[in-house]
Amino acid sequence: MGAGTELGRVRGLGSAKDGVHHWWLQRVTAVGNLVLMLWLIFSLVRLPSLDHASVVLWLRQPVAAVPMLLLIVSVFWHFRLGVQVLLEDYSHGAARVIGMLALNFYVLAGAAAGVFAVLKIALGAA
Amino acid sequence: MAEFSLPANSKISSAGKRYPAPAGAKNVRAFKVYRWNPDDGANPRYDTYELDLDETGPMVLDALIKIKSEVDSTLTFRRSCREGICGSCSMNIDGLNTLACTQAIADIKGEVRVLPLPHMEVVKDLVPDFKHFYAQYASIKPWLQTVTPTPSGEERLQSVEDRSKLDGLYECILCACCSTACPSYWWNSDKFLGPAILLQAYRWLADSRDEMTGERLDQLEDPFRLYRCHTIMNCSNVCPKGLNPAKAIAEIKLMMVERAG
Repeated sequence: MGAGTELGRVRGLGSAKDGVHHWWLQRVTAVGNLVLMLWLIFSLVRLPSLDHASVVLWLRQPVAAVPMLLLIVSVFWHFRLGVQVLLEDYSHGAARVIGMLALNFYVLAGAAAGVFAVLKIALGAA
Repeated sequence: MAEFSLPANSKISSAGKRYPAPAGAKNVRAFKVYRWNPDDGANPRYDTYELDLDETGPMVLDALIKIKSEVDSTLTFRRSCREGICGSCSMNIDGLNTLACTQAIADIKGEVRVLPLPHMEVVKDLVPDFKHFYAQYASIKPWLQTVTPTPSGEERLQSVEDRSKLDGLYECILCACCSTACPSYWWNSDKFLGPAILLQAYRWLADSRDEMTGERLDQLEDPFRLYRCHTIMNCSNVCPKGLNPAKAIAEIKLMMVERAG
């Protein structure tokens, strides 16, 4: 695999021909986070009260539940992409593989729990 | 891999020597210079040389040459053109990577601290090992590549407008000030090409006469080769030629998005 010369080491395993998708999605989810987070703050501030009953009542409406689901997906997706970059920067070999697995499990479990919670309120019996 | 402390044999010892200014000197300035000799087995040290600035040229390189000629001939550094065009005397002066030949002593306050470029293997004193950097440069095939056969007996013409797209790129002298100022390059230089090489890569991507744009982009599209750039901007901050490698890298990323659709 050409590790005998300096140029061989630089050429290494070649280009992964990947990365532009990751880079673009990180920017798309960043914009999503910004817009949806502003929506969330604005919506909560406009509520007459922040007690449990009023927030649940608000979240039962489709116009609140759908953006809330999008926010959960966007935030967890962005988090997943960002922490991946962090792991690639600072960890190598087995540590990176374990880190990536832990990250993927955490993000999927966290997003699933969030989505389930919103759906339970939005679709559950009154 | 991120390393936040130096290996034991790279820690700077306190055994440095001090060379006092000549008697009668009025305009004295101290130069604290990193010294390491691969042959003596000792750790690196700072030697301090006091010079009479009234008897020294205006640039840091003038001071280093004076030290080597008149005070301590064992001091080792690279230099050639002494006018900022060869890129040989790049080093870390007063905490910033720059060319010793274009860095005025008068612009530095107090003691002038001189070290080799950061996070490079040191050959001796202020001389870093550029083998890997040059191999990375070779890897981007920095020459004009076409599919169209070379025109016989004619030049490849380029409009004035197309030629102007190379301004801010062709001036790069490969001194490596930018790459060795980049934390991403410090941690991942085995795979990340770094700002200097990516600016050079963009120089060929931006050339209207080059026909290998797709192949060049293929070679760059990689989480490490290109996308370790996190727009930290140290590169553009230190470039002694006033170039903007961060912008060149952003242009490459835009080309990637453009072709991905």
